[in-house]
Amino acid sequence: MHPASAPSALPSVPPSAPVRLAVNEITKTFPGVTANDRVTMDVRGGEVHALLGENGAGKTTLMNILYGLYQPDAGEIVIDGRAVRIRSPRDAIAHGIGMVPQHFLLVRRHTVAENITLGLAGTRFFLPTRDVERQINAFAERYGLRVDPRAAIWQLSVSEQQRVEILKALLRGAGILILDEPTSVLTPQEATQLFAVLRRMKEEGKSVIFITHKLDEVMAVADRVTVMRKGRVVDTVPVAMTSKSQLARMMVGHDVDFRLPARRPGTGAPALIAEDLWVQSDRGLPAVRGVSVVVHRQEIFGIAGVAGNGQRELVEALTGLRPVDRGRLTLGGRDVSRWSPRAMSKLGVAHIPEERVRMGIVPPMTVTENAILRRYEEPPFSRGPLMDYASATRFAQQLIVEYSIQTPSPRTPARLLSGGNIQKLILARELAHRPDLIIAAHPTYGLDVSTTDRIHRLLLERRDEGAAVLLVSEDLDEIRILADRIGVMYGGELIAVMPAGTDRGTIGLLMAGQRP
Amino acid sequence: MKQVGPFRLDTGEPSGAWTLVVSAAAILAAFVAAGGIFWAYGLNPIHAYAVIVHDTLLAPGAFPEIFRPTIPLLLAGVGLVLAFRAQFYNIGAEGQLLAGTVAATGVALFTPIRGPATLPAMFAAGFVAGALWGLLPSVLKLRLNVNEVITTLMMNYIALYFVSWLVTGPWKGPSVRGFAYTDQFPASAWLPLIPGTRIHWPTLVLGVVLAAAFAVLLARTRLGFAIRVQGENPEAARYVGIDALRTTLLVMLLSGGAAGLAGVGEVAGVHHKLLDPNQVSLGYGYTAIIVAWLARGKPLATLITATLFGLIYSSGDVMQVSLQMPFRVTSVFNGLILFFLIGSERLLAYRIRWAPAGAPASAPASAVAPSPPSGEDP
Repeated sequence: MHPASAPSALPSVPPSAPVRLAVNEITKTFPGVTANDRVTMDVRGGEVHALLGENGAGKTTLMNILYGLYQPDAGEIVIDGRAVRIRSPRDAIAHGIGMVPQHFLLVRRHTVAENITLGLAGTRFFLPTRDVERQINAFAERYGLRVDPRAAIWQLSVSEQQRVEILKALLRGAGILILDEPTSVLTPQEATQLFAVLRRMKEEGKSVIFITHKLDEVMAVADRVTVMRKGRVVDTVPVAMTSKSQLARMMVGHDVDFRLPARRPGTGAPALIAEDLWVQSDRGLPAVRGVSVVVHRQEIFGIAGVAGNGQRELVEALTGLRPVDRGRLTLGGRDVSRWSPRAMSKLGVAHIPEERVRMGIVPPMTVTENAILRRYEEPPFSRGPLMDYASATRFAQQLIVEYSIQTPSPRTPARLLSGGNIQKLILARELAHRPDLIIAAHPTYGLDVSTTDRIHRLLLERRDEGAAVLLVSEDLDEIRILADRIGVMYGGELIAVMPAGTDRGTIGLLMAGQRP
Repeated sequence: MKQVGPFRLDTGEPSGAWTLVVSAAAILAAFVAAGGIFWAYGLNPIHAYAVIVHDTLLAPGAFPEIFRPTIPLLLAGVGLVLAFRAQFYNIGAEGQLLAGTVAATGVALFTPIRGPATLPAMFAAGFVAGALWGLLPSVLKLRLNVNEVITTLMMNYIALYFVSWLVTGPWKGPSVRGFAYTDQFPASAWLPLIPGTRIHWPTLVLGVVLAAAFAVLLARTRLGFAIRVQGENPEAARYVGIDALRTTLLVMLLSGGAAGLAGVGEVAGVHHKLLDPNQVSLGYGYTAIIVAWLARGKPLATLITATLFGLIYSSGDVMQVSLQMPFRVTSVFNGLILFFLIGSERLLAYRIRWAPAGAPASAPASAVAPSPPSGEDP
């Protein structure tokens, strides 16, 4: 949801609306950190209440307490005027609290109806999905959550999967729905649809808690907003009485500089040339269909698009991880269509992978070992068959300082680092050898404002030093801030290439498949 | 976190000491449970354990007996540790061990190699045979994605029946009058023993050296680095271009080869002939799985865990002789230990702290980046 394409702000709730849910003085500590410090907030019936804060502000912890996943150390939860204890998600559901998690908890091989039926009380023993299918259709009609109950989850797009999660909560009788960063996976149009769904839920008197760190969304959809910082509530304000810059100040504690270093005019020689590239998906279907693109030195080429439109396969083909089915890939004048990931890396291709923990690091191995993952076979990190961990440690220490990676020591297992520091470690490793081509997939997904800013600056710095950057992102803000040219992928094709500064609406329509 | 009386239950990284405590407790619990078996046999468990302790540790000449089963367990176990580190679930050490016995017997009886070269040739042949036996499942896994647990297990039966066939058929000794075993090995194919014991020391030395070598391999070499990356996150290995086939093949060569060496030790150091597979290996290849599991990925730890199971084997002898129980009762022991160990795995994630009520919940001194188990990262 973005102002350009957003409908006018939703009618705000009369302040007299009864309080559905209140948390009073909730405190929750984990070893070494106070995730929630005397948090107090309330949510009214028929209200969309945004919970705004950076990563680590304590939003998810608070919601996990409400959903019974954690027990608070102190404080109380009041629902409809009665103090309750929520010991488990089952309790939460019994109290009418539903949660749509950020990472969906669905059985991929099962159908929509089966997923919704799973754990649903009061279903028949035989063929339980039959009745549920009827209910799904009824709810889908009522809230505009269209989804085929008989489709298997893996066949669905991310936004459809999200609808399944919402339906799951609604069918369990949720009157208070928690959405954890629901728009992070959606196109602007899909976000608009989601907000329409939220509006209908509101009209029915349901309460929605909307977790986000995007200011535009708060302004567009919420009635009131509670801002959290470092585990504490900064304030709760009606959206009508605040502004983006005021919220930003509350969120980060200081004014955020939204401007990034000025773009350099002119671009360098072609670095990466893809000609009529065809790549297959894991299931053997054409996922990239005839993509041709040239990325120049000193240029950031942004690829926008909803996940699942061939971006992953394209990135994997460009980095040697996935065979090129047809077409030609030229890098620095050489045909690299059949090159291995290792050869590509040696030629100067850096890859910031989409799934940073699943692919980008080896979680149980140390920061040092992860820092040399790319070049462990080369001096000075190994000599002959032996590793030289002393030089590896020196290298890691240097990266830790240079990229301000927060870690107790280079010997700490990478898995203990926070998401932002893991990403900084990956960037440090990939950029350390001054690559000529940087392929970055969703480099700031789920990261807080200051880490995101840091990563953006790093990419710009490298661009200005002469690297070619291919940036794949679902975050239009990111693409618009960074990219010198913007391409949109839809259905495996690069359906448009536009100059920087193209407006959001145009890109959004293309992302939804409306060709120019 | 949960408060139970004055104790607080924390979750976190298991420390080395805590792992040791939990493992020891699990083994102790297994012994207590095994007491039930003695009791069912009509024996007083305390008396039974007293007899076992006396006859395996204290009786004259008893102690070195522990090391006879320790040797094959160490060799096979150390190989399995390596395979497990690469996330290759090799259940086939038994078959690889038997392949080693066949190759060693072949060299001893059917080649002209004699004199000081015999034993090295037997070890080399045993290593190669074990390695090859382990190779097929790894190729099947990496090329066709066939589950290695099943293939390595099945290869055990192939090896077992192959040995049975050899000793009842083509290799049956002309001089043994109808018994199902081969002729005795020539003297040059007998491993020397530590005087006064029945420990074939060259194999023991080999085991210790291999444990040290594999520890160095994992901790200090390029191949070891690749093995660990491959084992801990295959997707990251693919991402940096580590050749999974090459890494796994090398690991299985070493793993199978180590088990093959164990087989050589058994025929050249204990039996001096090839005989019924169930007599050559008393399930060493299977027990080695527990040995490796208990070692938790550390090759040097197999020195301890293999000795522990050597002790259990040697108690099996005691139970058979002094307590008139069947030797196979050791399998029950092994099963119980494995059962309790796997059961205790869950407990490793927890730590009990002394935290009397009223005291402030202090943060642990460890400076690890605070990471509450939530979706957010601080």
